[in-house]
Amino acid sequence: MKPFTTHRGIAAPLVRDNIDTDQIIPSREMKTVGKTGLSEGLFAGWRYLTPDARDLNPDFILNKPAFENASILIAGANFGCGSSREHAVWALAEYGIRAVIAESFGSIFRANAIRNGVLPVTLPRASIKRLATDIQDSAQPPQIEIDLNKCVLLMNGESEAVIMSFQLADAEREMLLNGYDPVDLTQKHSAKIEDFIRDHRIKRPWIYKDKI
Amino acid sequence: MPVQDNEKRHMTPSLTLFDKLWQEHCIQSDASGEDLLLIDRILLHERTGAVALEALREKGREVKTPAHVFCTMDHIVSNRPGRTRNEARTPGGDVFISSTRESAARSGVTLIDIDDARQGIVHVMAPELGIVQPGVSIVCPDSHTCSLGAFGALAWGIGSSAAEHALATQTLKQKKPANMRVTLKGALQPGVYAKDIVLALIAQVGAGAAANHAVEFTGEGVRQMSMEGRMTLCNMAVEFAAFTALIAPDEKTFEYLAGREFAPTGAQFDEALSWWRDLASDEEAAFDKDIILDTDALAPQISWGVSPEQSGGIDQTLPLMTDLPAEKEKAVENALAYMGLQPGQRLLGEAVDGAFIGSCTNGRIEDLRAAASILKGTQISPDVKAICVPGSQAVKRQAEEEGIAEIFKQAGFEWGEPGCGYCFYAGGDTFAPGARVVSSTNRNFEGRQGPGVRTHLCSPATVAASAIAGVIADPREAGGVRPV
Repeated sequence: MKPFTTHRGIAAPLVRDNIDTDQIIPSREMKTVGKTGLSEGLFAGWRYLTPDARDLNPDFILNKPAFENASILIAGANFGCGSSREHAVWALAEYGIRAVIAESFGSIFRANAIRNGVLPVTLPRASIKRLATDIQDSAQPPQIEIDLNKCVLLMNGESEAVIMSFQLADAEREMLLNGYDPVDLTQKHSAKIEDFIRDHRIKRPWIYKDKI
Repeated sequence: MPVQDNEKRHMTPSLTLFDKLWQEHCIQSDASGEDLLLIDRILLHERTGAVALEALREKGREVKTPAHVFCTMDHIVSNRPGRTRNEARTPGGDVFISSTRESAARSGVTLIDIDDARQGIVHVMAPELGIVQPGVSIVCPDSHTCSLGAFGALAWGIGSSAAEHALATQTLKQKKPANMRVTLKGALQPGVYAKDIVLALIAQVGAGAAANHAVEFTGEGVRQMSMEGRMTLCNMAVEFAAFTALIAPDEKTFEYLAGREFAPTGAQFDEALSWWRDLASDEEAAFDKDIILDTDALAPQISWGVSPEQSGGIDQTLPLMTDLPAEKEKAVENALAYMGLQPGQRLLGEAVDGAFIGSCTNGRIEDLRAAASILKGTQISPDVKAICVPGSQAVKRQAEEEGIAEIFKQAGFEWGEPGCGYCFYAGGDTFAPGARVVSSTNRNFEGRQGPGVRTHLCSPATVAASAIAGVIADPREAGGVRPV
């Protein structure tokens, strides 16, 4: 997994609530059994004027020249709700999005993001509004710098610098900072897991279908 | 509707059902509050499961306990009567089918293939086969896995990478969510179903209301409900952001499971039963959030926007922009524009182009019976393209035996082969852009059923009544209202 330590980039404000994973990548854009080749389908329903011809919708934020290199998204509440499709995160990552700042996240999306090195930053509604307003009011969108070591976000806007702190569980932070493979981490505890299974097998024998 | 935050919960040793199931499976906790949970059952399907099995193979890892893993084909299989073994609904989708078949065979998991008499939507099939049981932990890379909480199981939806983790280690790491209780009070009026209850609930609390909570549905209304109704209720928990939903098992649950293929048998069934009977929240258990929903005066519900929270009583008028809090205004404006509706208008009488009955929400036999009772001896409007896709082969066979299939066909419905069908669009046949569709499914997101398709979520009965009338119609009035 690609580690996340610090990142500096343009943030695109897409401040709507309940942006679901069908919007992030419609199912029709999931064309192969794999995790790649998905960025073309990112926000396909909004990004293109027609589903097939791929004419860019000039009104969509990521198609505006100032935001075409955006690597951070700013959204409203419940971002990534809906379908569990991890393709939503794979598409964002492949497109170049390294972090999503939102008021809250769909729980499966959030877990998927962390497993793929995409940082979910949760901020209060007022902070999100502040960031989005400052960006929209700037002639050139200011860059945002995110430091996961300190859990701090910095934006040098035209008026004044904005510094915001955010929270992440220690285990999640460690995983992102180091790019750990979660299976490797868990397998360090395999002796304890086997002990637990042995006891559970005695306690609830009907659950066990495998032969030992 | 009272919503309370309870502070007393940390002072009492009483546990909720969710607490008990969590404890049952918790191997260890780490310093940051994440628990390592034992996973008893893993379900996979060809859309998100194949990629998990494939990624596992690429990393040189194996499925730890293949006997506990069940895989089916449901998401993109063709729904065409007489479909062939590799036939996908989606152009190019056959690669998902063949890849799943190969990965399943290689890894030794149980595959319920497209031509298997037990095939069905994963959340319809798993209960039918007794794969889900009270007290087990069960995960699937599919957000509607919460449906299975209806059996008192710890069931939740995950991503493909998490599925890979569960396959490789038989465990998942998860921070424990808080407890929410939703109590259903009162009776249900004729024409009003579990789907209406859960749509009304989501409309009232909002699509993000249960974030980081497990929701226990309880109360007299739940006890009276069939297992099918309970599954519909739990199915939609993810639509208000719940980690999962669950319902304490009772005699209906045990009766449903007895004799199912993968349920315990003989002495083991009795042994299981004595534990299952204890699976309930303690009387004194406190919940972090408590919601009481009175269903006595509930009308059939229907969605009007692009989030399930944008729903309301079928006889109500749509919100006026002037009535809305400023922060909701833009979302409602966008939703109405997409849906081709006006603020303040009535939905009853709005012409419909399509009707769909099926999905993991409402594709079970009871759903088909409810629709058939309205469709019997009538014809749907010639302007409506209507499709029924039973949730499983078992549901389809039962419906054919009961004469329900014939009622659907004679009324003018297409009768498809089981799968997720028209609930979501991945390519292939669907409704036309701009088509207004009454649908027994779970998501009215933009483009969910096809580019530009306008989905109205409702019960199978409302779908049937509207298909006959050719307009959005109230199932309480036979045939509904006709367009002026």
